[in-house]
Amino acid sequence: MPDAIMRVWRGDATGGAFKEYRVPTDEGMVVLDVIHKIQATQANDLAVRWNCKAGKCGSCSAEVNGRPRLMCMTRMNLFPAGEPITVAPMKTFPLIRDLVTDVAFNFGVAKTVPAFKPGRSEADGTFRMMQQDIDRGQEFHKCIECFLCQNVCHVIRDHPENMPAFAGPRFFVRLAALEMHPMDTDSRAEYLRLKAGLAFCNITKCCTEVCPEHIHITDNAIIPLKERVVSEYYDPVAWLLRKLVGK
Amino acid sequence: MPASELAATATLRKDTWWLEPLLIVLGLGGFVVYTTWAALQGAHYEYQNYLSPFYSPTLTPSWWPWSPAILILWGPAGFRLTCYYYRKAYYRSFWWSPPACAVRDAHGAYTGETGFPLILQNIHRYFFYVATAFLIFLWYDAIYAFIFDGRFGIGLGSIIMVVNVALLSMYSFSCHSCRHLCGGCLDKFSSSPLRYRLWRMVTTQNESHMLWAWLSLVSVALTDVYIRLLSMGIIRDARFF
Ligand code: SF4
Ligand code: SF4
Ligand code: FES
Ligand code: FES
Repeated sequence: MPDAIMRVWRGDATGGAFKEYRVPTDEGMVVLDVIHKIQATQANDLAVRWNCKAGKCGSCSAEVNGRPRLMCMTRMNLFPAGEPITVAPMKTFPLIRDLVTDVAFNFGVAKTVPAFKPGRSEADGTFRMMQQDIDRGQEFHKCIECFLCQNVCHVIRDHPENMPAFAGPRFFVRLAALEMHPMDTDSRAEYLRLKAGLAFCNITKCCTEVCPEHIHITDNAIIPLKERVVSEYYDPVAWLLRKLVGK
Repeated sequence: MPASELAATATLRKDTWWLEPLLIVLGLGGFVVYTTWAALQGAHYEYQNYLSPFYSPTLTPSWWPWSPAILILWGPAGFRLTCYYYRKAYYRSFWWSPPACAVRDAHGAYTGETGFPLILQNIHRYFFYVATAFLIFLWYDAIYAFIFDGRFGIGLGSIIMVVNVALLSMYSFSCHSCRHLCGGCLDKFSSSPLRYRLWRMVTTQNESHMLWAWLSLVSVALTDVYIRLLSMGIIRDARFF
Protein backbone atom coordinates (compact mmCIF):
# COMPACT_ATOMS: atom_id res chain seq x y z
CA MET A 1 0.00 0.00 0.00
CA PRO A 2 1.42 3.43 -0.86
CA ASP A 3 1.80 5.93 1.99
CA ALA A 4 -1.18 8.16 2.59
CA ILE A 5 -0.48 11.83 1.95
CA MET A 6 -2.42 13.75 4.59
CA ARG A 7 -2.77 17.53 4.49
CA VAL A 8 -3.90 18.36 8.01
CA TRP A 9 -4.82 21.82 9.24
CA ARG A 10 -2.44 22.91 12.00
CA GLY A 11 -3.04 26.12 13.86
CA ASP A 12 -5.38 28.08 16.06
CA ALA A 13 -7.63 31.13 15.81
CA THR A 14 -4.65 33.40 15.15
CA GLY A 15 -3.36 31.46 12.16
CA GLY A 16 -2.04 28.23 10.77
CA ALA A 17 -1.54 26.20 7.62
CA PHE A 18 -2.14 22.81 6.06
CA LYS A 19 0.80 20.59 6.91
CA GLU A 20 1.61 17.54 4.87
CA TYR A 21 2.30 14.17 6.53
CA ARG A 22 3.16 10.90 4.81
CA VAL A 23 1.78 7.96 6.73
CA PRO A 24 2.08 4.22 6.06
CA THR A 25 -1.40 2.72 6.15
CA ASP A 26 -2.90 -0.72 6.63
CA GLU A 27 -5.96 -2.41 5.23
CA GLY A 28 -9.24 -1.22 6.76
CA MET A 29 -7.96 2.03 8.27
CA VAL A 30 -10.23 5.00 8.77
CA VAL A 31 -9.18 8.65 8.65
CA LEU A 32 -9.15 8.88 12.44
CA ASP A 33 -6.66 5.97 12.60
CA VAL A 34 -4.32 7.86 10.31
CA ILE A 35 -4.70 11.05 12.35
CA HIS A 36 -3.86 9.03 15.47
CA LYS A 37 -0.83 7.60 13.73
CA ILE A 38 0.38 11.10 12.87
CA GLN A 39 -0.18 12.08 16.50
CA ALA A 40 1.75 9.06 17.75
CA THR A 41 4.69 9.22 15.36
CA GLN A 42 5.10 12.68 13.83
CA ALA A 43 3.14 15.37 15.68
CA ASN A 44 2.48 14.58 19.34
CA ASP A 45 0.80 17.92 19.86
CA LEU A 46 -1.82 17.47 17.12
CA ALA A 47 -5.19 18.30 18.68
CA VAL A 48 -8.11 16.06 17.74
CA ARG A 49 -11.36 15.32 19.60
CA TRP A 50 -12.59 11.75 19.63
CA ASN A 51 -14.09 9.24 21.97
CA CYS A 52 -15.80 6.10 20.73
CA LYS A 53 -14.26 5.35 17.33
CA ALA A 54 -17.60 3.76 16.50
CA GLY A 55 -19.63 6.60 15.01
CA LYS A 56 -21.70 6.98 18.14
CA CYS A 57 -20.29 9.74 20.31
CA GLY A 58 -20.30 12.45 17.65
CA SER A 59 -16.91 13.87 18.70
CA CYS A 60 -14.68 13.38 15.66
CA SER A 61 -16.48 15.66 13.17
CA ALA A 62 -14.20 17.29 10.62
CA GLU A 63 -14.03 18.13 6.92
CA VAL A 64 -12.28 15.50 4.85
CA ASN A 65 -11.52 16.63 1.30
CA GLY A 66 -13.98 19.43 1.97
CA ARG A 67 -16.85 17.16 3.02
CA PRO A 68 -18.19 17.22 6.57
CA ARG A 69 -17.73 13.72 7.99
CA LEU A 70 -17.05 11.67 11.09
CA MET A 71 -13.35 10.80 10.83
CA CYS A 72 -13.89 7.46 12.55
CA MET A 73 -16.47 6.40 9.97
CA THR A 74 -14.54 7.50 6.89
CA ARG A 75 -12.56 4.67 5.39
CA MET A 76 -9.27 5.47 3.74
CA ASN A 77 -10.13 3.32 0.71
CA LEU A 78 -12.80 5.86 -0.18
CA PHE A 79 -10.02 8.02 -1.60
CA PRO A 80 -7.79 7.31 -4.59
CA ALA A 81 -4.50 5.87 -3.31
CA GLY A 82 -1.54 8.19 -3.43
CA GLU A 83 -3.55 11.42 -3.74
CA PRO A 84 -3.40 13.99 -0.96
CA ILE A 85 -6.31 13.99 1.50
CA THR A 86 -7.23 17.26 3.20
CA VAL A 87 -8.40 17.18 6.81
CA ALA A 88 -9.75 20.48 8.14
CA PRO A 89 -11.68 21.45 11.26
CA MET A 90 -15.40 22.24 11.04
CA LYS A 91 -15.67 25.65 9.46
CA THR A 92 -18.74 27.06 11.18
CA PHE A 93 -17.51 26.96 14.77
CA PRO A 94 -14.67 28.94 16.35
CA LEU A 95 -11.36 27.15 16.02
CA ILE A 96 -9.63 26.12 19.24
CA ARG A 97 -6.66 24.31 17.80
CA ASP A 98 -5.87 22.05 14.82
CA LEU A 99 -8.97 19.89 14.29
CA VAL A 100 -10.79 20.94 17.45
CA THR A 101 -13.54 23.57 17.37
CA ASP A 102 -15.67 25.15 20.06
CA VAL A 103 -19.22 23.88 19.56
CA ALA A 104 -20.71 25.79 22.50
CA PHE A 105 -23.08 27.62 20.14
CA ASN A 106 -25.13 24.43 20.03
CA PHE A 107 -25.32 24.07 23.79
CA GLY A 108 -26.60 27.63 23.94
CA VAL A 109 -29.38 26.85 21.47
CA ALA A 110 -30.28 23.65 23.36
CA LYS A 111 -31.04 25.71 26.46
CA THR A 112 -33.67 27.75 24.63
CA VAL A 113 -35.70 24.80 23.27
CA PRO A 114 -39.04 24.64 25.12
CA ALA A 115 -38.91 21.39 27.09
CA PHE A 116 -41.25 18.40 26.91
CA LYS A 117 -44.55 19.28 28.56
CA PRO A 118 -46.55 16.15 29.25
CA GLY A 119 -50.32 16.19 29.68
CA ARG A 120 -52.09 14.54 32.58
CA SER A 121 -51.08 10.98 33.26
CA GLU A 122 -53.66 8.22 33.54
CA ALA A 123 -55.34 7.28 36.82
CA ASP A 124 -52.59 4.81 37.68
CA GLY A 125 -49.97 7.50 37.21
CA THR A 126 -48.55 6.15 33.96
CA PHE A 127 -48.63 7.15 30.30
CA ARG A 128 -49.71 4.72 27.62
CA MET A 129 -48.62 5.27 24.06
CA MET A 130 -49.37 3.22 20.96
CA GLN A 131 -46.50 1.99 18.84
CA GLN A 132 -47.65 3.96 15.77
CA ASP A 133 -47.64 7.15 17.84
CA ILE A 134 -43.97 6.91 18.68
CA ASP A 135 -42.57 5.27 15.53
CA ARG A 136 -42.13 8.59 13.78
CA GLY A 137 -40.02 10.00 16.62
CA GLN A 138 -37.57 7.09 16.74
CA GLU A 139 -35.66 8.42 13.79
CA PHE A 140 -35.08 11.74 15.54
CA HIS A 141 -33.75 10.04 18.65
CA LYS A 142 -30.88 8.55 16.65
CA CYS A 143 -29.11 11.93 16.65
CA ILE A 144 -25.59 11.66 18.11
CA GLU A 145 -25.04 15.43 18.27
CA CYS A 146 -22.04 15.41 15.98
CA PHE A 147 -23.17 18.85 14.76
CA LEU A 148 -22.10 18.09 11.21
CA CYS A 149 -25.52 19.31 10.08
CA GLN A 150 -25.09 22.56 11.98
CA ASN A 151 -21.64 22.91 10.44
CA VAL A 152 -22.74 22.39 6.84
CA CYS A 153 -25.84 24.57 7.02
CA HIS A 154 -25.12 27.57 4.83
CA VAL A 155 -27.48 29.75 6.90
CA ILE A 156 -24.78 30.05 9.55
CA ARG A 157 -21.74 28.56 7.79
CA ASP A 158 -21.62 31.35 5.22
CA HIS A 159 -23.60 33.94 7.18
CA PRO A 160 -22.47 33.82 10.83
CA GLU A 161 -24.50 36.97 11.49
CA ASN A 162 -27.59 34.72 11.43
CA MET A 163 -26.39 32.65 14.40
CA PRO A 164 -28.37 34.50 17.08
CA ALA A 165 -31.58 34.06 15.08
CA PHE A 166 -31.23 30.45 13.91
CA ALA A 167 -31.40 27.19 15.85
CA GLY A 168 -30.15 24.95 13.04
CA PRO A 169 -31.06 21.50 11.73
CA ARG A 170 -29.97 19.51 14.79
CA PHE A 171 -32.48 21.47 16.83
CA PHE A 172 -35.20 21.20 14.23
CA VAL A 173 -34.80 17.45 14.67
CA ARG A 174 -35.17 17.88 18.43
CA LEU A 175 -38.16 20.20 17.99
CA ALA A 176 -39.85 17.80 15.59
CA ALA A 177 -39.47 15.00 18.15
CA LEU A 178 -41.14 17.20 20.77
CA GLU A 179 -43.84 18.64 18.52
CA MET A 180 -44.89 15.22 17.20
CA HIS A 181 -44.79 13.54 20.60
CA PRO A 182 -48.21 12.09 21.41
CA MET A 183 -48.03 13.15 25.07
CA ASP A 184 -46.63 16.63 24.61
CA THR A 185 -49.07 19.50 25.12
CA ASP A 186 -46.90 22.50 24.23
CA SER A 187 -46.99 24.31 20.89
CA ARG A 188 -43.63 25.49 19.63
CA ALA A 189 -44.91 27.16 16.46
CA GLU A 190 -44.16 30.64 17.78
CA TYR A 191 -40.72 29.60 18.98
CA LEU A 192 -40.03 27.99 15.61
CA ARG A 193 -41.05 31.07 13.69
CA LEU A 194 -39.66 33.84 15.85
CA LYS A 195 -36.75 32.39 17.82
CA ALA A 196 -35.55 29.30 15.96
CA GLY A 197 -35.66 31.03 12.57
CA LEU A 198 -37.18 28.06 10.75
CA ALA A 199 -37.85 30.26 7.72
CA PHE A 200 -34.12 30.86 7.27
CA CYS A 201 -33.86 27.27 6.09
CA ASN A 202 -34.33 27.10 2.34
CA ILE A 203 -34.63 23.29 2.40
CA THR A 204 -31.51 22.77 0.31
CA LYS A 205 -30.91 19.53 2.23
CA CYS A 206 -27.19 19.69 3.02
CA CYS A 207 -27.95 18.72 6.62
CA THR A 208 -29.61 15.54 5.35
CA GLU A 209 -26.67 14.88 3.02
CA VAL A 210 -24.09 14.87 5.82
CA CYS A 211 -26.00 13.28 8.71
CA PRO A 212 -24.06 10.14 9.71
CA GLU A 213 -27.20 8.71 11.29
CA HIS A 214 -29.06 9.12 7.99
CA ILE A 215 -31.85 11.08 9.64
CA HIS A 216 -34.09 12.57 6.94
CA ILE A 217 -33.69 15.93 8.61
CA THR A 218 -35.23 18.04 5.86
CA ASP A 219 -38.07 15.75 4.75
CA ASN A 220 -39.14 14.38 8.10
CA ALA A 221 -38.34 17.17 10.55
CA ILE A 222 -37.94 20.54 8.85
CA ILE A 223 -40.63 20.40 6.17
CA PRO A 224 -43.29 18.94 8.52
CA LEU A 225 -42.42 21.72 10.98
CA LYS A 226 -42.69 24.31 8.21
CA GLU A 227 -46.12 22.90 7.36
CA ARG A 228 -47.18 23.20 10.99
CA VAL A 229 -46.04 26.83 11.07
CA VAL A 230 -48.02 27.44 7.86
CA SER A 231 -51.17 26.06 9.51
CA GLU A 232 -50.62 28.32 12.49
CA TYR A 233 -49.70 31.55 10.71
CA TYR A 234 -50.18 31.50 6.96
CA ASP A 235 -53.28 29.46 6.23
CA PRO A 236 -56.52 31.48 6.40
CA VAL A 237 -58.71 28.38 6.13
CA ALA A 238 -56.93 26.62 9.00
CA TRP A 239 -57.23 29.84 10.99
CA LEU A 240 -60.96 30.04 10.31
CA LEU A 241 -61.44 26.40 11.22
CA ARG A 242 -59.62 26.95 14.49
CA LYS A 243 -61.88 29.92 15.24
CA LEU A 244 -65.00 27.89 14.47
CA VAL A 245 -63.98 24.73 16.31
CA GLY A 246 -62.45 26.85 19.02
CA LYS A 247 -59.11 25.01 19.21
CA MET B 1 -2.08 31.66 6.69
CA PRO B 2 -4.50 33.31 9.11
CA ALA B 3 -7.42 31.13 10.24
CA SER B 4 -9.75 33.65 8.63
CA GLU B 5 -8.30 32.60 5.29
CA LEU B 6 -9.29 29.00 5.95
CA ALA B 7 -12.78 30.28 6.72
CA ALA B 8 -12.76 32.33 3.52
CA THR B 9 -12.00 29.35 1.27
CA ALA B 10 -15.04 28.79 -0.93
CA THR B 11 -14.66 25.04 -0.73
CA LEU B 12 -12.09 22.32 -0.16
CA ARG B 13 -14.16 19.80 -2.09
CA LYS B 14 -12.35 18.02 -4.88
CA ASP B 15 -15.21 16.09 -6.42
CA THR B 16 -17.42 17.24 -9.30
CA TRP B 17 -19.89 19.10 -7.05
CA TRP B 18 -20.74 21.46 -9.92
CA LEU B 19 -22.16 18.70 -12.11
CA GLU B 20 -25.52 18.39 -10.35
CA PRO B 21 -26.33 22.12 -10.44
CA LEU B 22 -25.25 22.22 -14.07
CA LEU B 23 -27.56 19.35 -15.05
CA ILE B 24 -30.44 20.94 -13.16
CA VAL B 25 -29.91 24.29 -14.87
CA LEU B 26 -29.97 22.53 -18.23
CA GLY B 27 -32.98 20.37 -17.37
CA LEU B 28 -35.16 22.94 -15.65
CA GLY B 29 -33.99 25.78 -17.89
CA GLY B 30 -34.77 23.73 -21.00
CA PHE B 31 -38.22 22.90 -19.67
CA VAL B 32 -39.04 26.53 -18.85
CA VAL B 33 -37.89 27.71 -22.27
CA TYR B 34 -39.88 25.03 -24.10
CA THR B 35 -43.03 25.51 -21.98
CA THR B 36 -42.99 29.27 -22.44
CA TRP B 37 -42.61 28.86 -26.18
CA ALA B 38 -45.35 26.19 -26.36
CA ALA B 39 -47.73 28.19 -24.18
CA LEU B 40 -47.29 31.33 -26.27
CA GLN B 41 -48.00 29.55 -29.55
CA GLY B 42 -51.75 29.21 -28.98
CA ALA B 43 -51.82 26.72 -31.87
CA HIS B 44 -51.24 23.00 -32.55
CA TYR B 45 -52.27 21.98 -29.05
CA GLU B 46 -54.97 19.54 -30.03
CA TYR B 47 -55.27 16.71 -32.49
CA GLN B 48 -58.55 14.85 -32.91
CA ASN B 49 -59.35 13.59 -29.38
CA TYR B 50 -55.95 14.52 -27.92
CA LEU B 51 -55.39 17.73 -25.99
CA SER B 52 -52.02 19.04 -24.79
CA PRO B 53 -51.77 19.22 -20.97
CA PHE B 54 -50.52 22.80 -21.29
CA TYR B 55 -53.94 23.77 -22.65
CA SER B 56 -56.24 21.82 -20.35
CA PRO B 57 -58.83 23.02 -19.45
CA THR B 58 -59.03 25.17 -22.58
CA LEU B 59 -60.54 28.51 -21.72
CA THR B 60 -61.18 30.71 -24.75
CA PRO B 61 -63.13 33.79 -23.67
CA SER B 62 -63.78 36.15 -26.60
CA TRP B 63 -62.12 39.10 -24.85
CA TRP B 64 -58.80 37.24 -24.44
CA PRO B 65 -56.48 38.03 -27.34
CA TRP B 66 -53.58 35.72 -26.40
CA SER B 67 -52.91 32.01 -26.09
CA PRO B 68 -55.46 30.23 -23.83
CA ALA B 69 -52.57 28.47 -22.03
CA ILE B 70 -51.62 31.74 -20.34
CA LEU B 71 -55.01 31.82 -18.58
CA ILE B 72 -54.40 28.52 -16.80
CA LEU B 73 -50.69 27.80 -16.61
CA TRP B 74 -50.24 29.92 -13.45
CA GLY B 75 -51.80 26.97 -11.57
CA PRO B 76 -49.35 24.17 -12.36
CA ALA B 77 -46.50 26.68 -12.64
CA GLY B 78 -47.22 28.01 -9.14
CA PHE B 79 -47.43 24.45 -7.82
CA ARG B 80 -43.99 23.57 -9.16
CA LEU B 81 -42.46 26.92 -8.28
CA THR B 82 -43.44 26.60 -4.61
CA CYS B 83 -42.78 22.83 -4.42
CA TYR B 84 -40.29 21.94 -1.68
CA TYR B 85 -38.23 19.85 -4.08
CA TYR B 86 -38.02 22.46 -6.84
CA ARG B 87 -37.20 25.10 -4.27
CA LYS B 88 -34.18 23.05 -3.29
CA ALA B 89 -33.28 22.58 -6.95
CA TYR B 90 -33.43 26.21 -8.00
CA TYR B 91 -32.07 27.72 -4.79
CA ARG B 92 -29.04 25.54 -5.30
CA SER B 93 -28.58 25.57 -9.05
CA PHE B 94 -29.86 28.95 -10.19
CA TRP B 95 -29.38 31.05 -7.08
CA TRP B 96 -26.27 29.29 -5.73
CA SER B 97 -27.48 29.50 -2.19
CA PRO B 98 -25.60 27.21 -1.75
CA PRO B 99 -24.55 25.65 -5.09
CA ALA B 100 -23.61 22.42 -3.28
CA CYS B 101 -22.97 21.33 0.29
CA ALA B 102 -19.91 22.87 1.91
CA VAL B 103 -19.48 25.14 -1.11
CA ARG B 104 -19.84 28.81 -0.27
CA ASP B 105 -23.15 30.57 -0.81
CA ALA B 106 -22.72 33.04 -3.66
CA HIS B 107 -24.48 35.86 -1.82
CA GLY B 108 -23.18 38.28 0.78
CA ALA B 109 -26.37 38.51 2.79
CA TYR B 110 -28.98 35.85 3.39
CA THR B 111 -32.49 35.92 4.85
CA GLY B 112 -33.87 32.66 3.43
CA GLU B 113 -37.64 32.52 3.32
CA THR B 114 -38.15 34.97 6.17
CA GLY B 115 -39.26 37.99 4.14
CA PHE B 116 -41.00 39.12 0.97
CA PRO B 117 -41.09 37.64 -1.65
CA LEU B 118 -39.90 34.20 -0.52
CA ILE B 119 -42.26 34.16 2.45
CA LEU B 120 -44.94 33.56 -0.20
CA GLN B 121 -43.61 30.01 -0.59
CA ASN B 122 -45.86 29.28 2.37
CA ILE B 123 -48.92 29.24 0.10
CA HIS B 124 -47.76 25.98 -1.43
CA ARG B 125 -50.70 23.98 -0.01
CA TYR B 126 -53.14 26.22 -1.88
CA PHE B 127 -51.38 25.41 -5.11
CA PHE B 128 -51.73 21.78 -4.14
CA TYR B 129 -55.51 22.24 -4.06
CA VAL B 130 -55.40 23.99 -7.43
CA ALA B 131 -53.21 21.25 -8.94
CA THR B 132 -55.62 18.60 -7.71
CA ALA B 133 -58.45 20.38 -9.52
CA PHE B 134 -56.31 20.41 -12.68
CA LEU B 135 -55.77 16.68 -12.33
CA ILE B 136 -59.51 16.10 -12.68
CA PHE B 137 -59.45 17.81 -16.09
CA LEU B 138 -56.32 15.94 -17.13
CA TRP B 139 -57.81 12.56 -16.21
CA TYR B 140 -60.91 13.48 -18.20
CA ASP B 141 -58.68 14.34 -21.19
CA ALA B 142 -56.75 11.09 -20.81
CA ILE B 143 -59.91 9.01 -20.82
CA TYR B 144 -61.26 11.00 -23.75
CA ALA B 145 -58.04 10.13 -25.60
CA PHE B 146 -59.36 6.56 -25.86
CA ILE B 147 -62.54 7.59 -27.67
CA PHE B 148 -62.07 7.93 -31.42
CA ASP B 149 -65.19 9.18 -33.24
CA GLY B 150 -67.45 7.80 -30.51
CA ARG B 151 -65.72 4.38 -30.43
CA PHE B 152 -63.14 2.97 -28.05
CA GLY B 153 -59.64 2.80 -29.45
CA ILE B 154 -56.00 2.92 -28.39
CA GLY B 155 -53.44 5.11 -30.06
CA LEU B 156 -49.88 5.84 -29.00
CA GLY B 157 -51.22 9.26 -27.99
CA SER B 158 -53.80 7.68 -25.67
CA ILE B 159 -51.06 5.76 -23.89
CA ILE B 160 -48.80 8.80 -23.66
CA MET B 161 -51.63 10.86 -22.19
CA VAL B 162 -52.60 8.31 -19.58
CA VAL B 163 -48.99 7.71 -18.53
CA ASN B 164 -48.52 11.46 -18.26
CA VAL B 165 -51.53 12.01 -16.02
CA ALA B 166 -50.53 9.01 -13.89
CA LEU B 167 -47.08 10.54 -13.37
CA LEU B 168 -48.61 13.95 -12.63
CA SER B 169 -50.88 12.32 -10.06
CA MET B 170 -47.93 10.61 -8.39
CA TYR B 171 -46.15 13.94 -8.27
CA SER B 172 -49.16 15.70 -6.71
CA PHE B 173 -49.98 13.03 -4.17
CA SER B 174 -46.39 12.64 -3.01
CA CYS B 175 -46.33 16.35 -2.16
CA HIS B 176 -45.14 17.40 1.31
CA SER B 177 -48.20 19.58 1.87
CA CYS B 178 -50.44 16.66 0.92
CA ARG B 179 -48.50 14.52 3.40
CA HIS B 180 -49.10 17.07 6.12
CA LEU B 181 -52.81 17.46 5.34
CA CYS B 182 -53.39 13.70 5.14
CA GLY B 183 -52.02 13.01 8.60
CA GLY B 184 -48.63 14.64 9.21
CA CYS B 185 -50.35 17.35 11.23
CA LEU B 186 -51.51 14.81 13.83
CA ASP B 187 -49.54 13.98 16.97
CA LYS B 188 -51.52 10.90 17.88
CA PHE B 189 -51.98 8.60 14.92
CA SER B 190 -53.73 5.94 17.00
CA SER B 191 -56.78 8.19 17.32
CA SER B 192 -57.17 8.49 13.52
CA PRO B 193 -56.35 5.11 11.96
CA LEU B 194 -57.63 6.04 8.50
CA ARG B 195 -55.61 9.22 8.28
CA TYR B 196 -52.62 7.29 9.62
CA ARG B 197 -52.90 4.80 6.77
CA LEU B 198 -53.25 7.60 4.28
CA TRP B 199 -50.19 9.35 5.74
CA ARG B 200 -48.19 6.15 5.48
CA MET B 201 -49.17 5.74 1.84
CA VAL B 202 -48.26 9.33 0.99
CA THR B 203 -45.02 9.00 2.99
CA THR B 204 -43.89 6.03 0.90
CA GLN B 205 -44.31 8.05 -2.28
CA ASN B 206 -43.02 11.23 -0.69
CA GLU B 207 -39.62 9.55 -0.38
CA SER B 208 -39.55 9.50 -4.19
CA HIS B 209 -41.01 12.98 -4.65
CA MET B 210 -37.95 14.17 -6.55
CA LEU B 211 -38.25 11.26 -8.96
CA TRP B 212 -41.95 11.97 -9.58
CA ALA B 213 -41.13 15.64 -10.02
CA TRP B 214 -38.67 14.89 -12.83
CA LEU B 215 -40.62 12.10 -14.50
CA SER B 216 -43.79 14.18 -14.64
CA LEU B 217 -41.88 17.23 -15.85
CA VAL B 218 -40.45 15.25 -18.75
CA SER B 219 -43.74 13.49 -19.52
CA VAL B 220 -45.78 16.66 -19.60
CA ALA B 221 -43.38 18.25 -22.08
CA LEU B 222 -43.18 15.10 -24.23
CA THR B 223 -46.99 14.82 -24.33
CA ASP B 224 -47.17 18.36 -25.67
CA VAL B 225 -44.41 17.66 -28.19
CA TYR B 226 -46.19 14.52 -29.43
CA ILE B 227 -49.56 16.23 -29.90
CA ARG B 228 -47.90 19.27 -31.47
CA LEU B 229 -46.09 17.10 -34.02
CA LEU B 230 -49.32 15.25 -34.84
CA SER B 231 -51.22 18.50 -35.22
CA MET B 232 -48.53 19.97 -37.47
CA GLY B 233 -48.69 16.87 -39.64
CA ILE B 234 -45.03 16.00 -39.06
CA ILE B 235 -45.77 12.54 -37.62
CA ARG B 236 -48.76 10.19 -37.64
CA ASP B 237 -50.38 8.61 -34.61
CA ALA B 238 -49.77 4.88 -34.20
CA ARG B 239 -53.12 3.13 -33.66
CA PHE B 240 -53.06 -0.20 -31.85
CA PHE B 241 -56.77 -0.79 -31.61
S1 SF4 C 1 -31.97 22.08 4.64
FE1 SF4 C 1 -32.19 23.93 5.87
S2 SF4 C 1 -31.36 23.43 7.86
FE2 SF4 C 1 -30.67 21.84 6.43
S3 SF4 C 1 -28.65 22.57 5.78
FE3 SF4 C 1 -30.14 23.31 4.28
S4 SF4 C 1 -30.73 25.36 4.96
FE4 SF4 C 1 -29.71 24.34 6.70
S1 SF4 D 1 -29.00 15.35 13.13
FE1 SF4 D 1 -27.44 14.00 12.24
S2 SF4 D 1 -25.84 15.43 11.56
FE2 SF4 D 1 -27.15 16.57 12.95
S3 SF4 D 1 -26.15 16.41 14.92
FE3 SF4 D 1 -27.65 14.75 14.80
S4 SF4 D 1 -26.54 12.99 13.99
FE4 SF4 D 1 -25.27 14.80 13.63
S1 FES E 1 -15.04 9.02 17.68
FE1 FES E 1 -17.11 8.84 18.33
S2 FES E 1 -18.15 9.35 16.50
FE2 FES E 1 -16.11 9.31 15.84
S1 FES F 1 -45.36 19.43 -4.95
FE1 FES F 1 -43.35 19.16 -4.26
S2 FES F 1 -43.64 19.44 -2.16
FE2 FES F 1 -45.63 19.83 -2.85
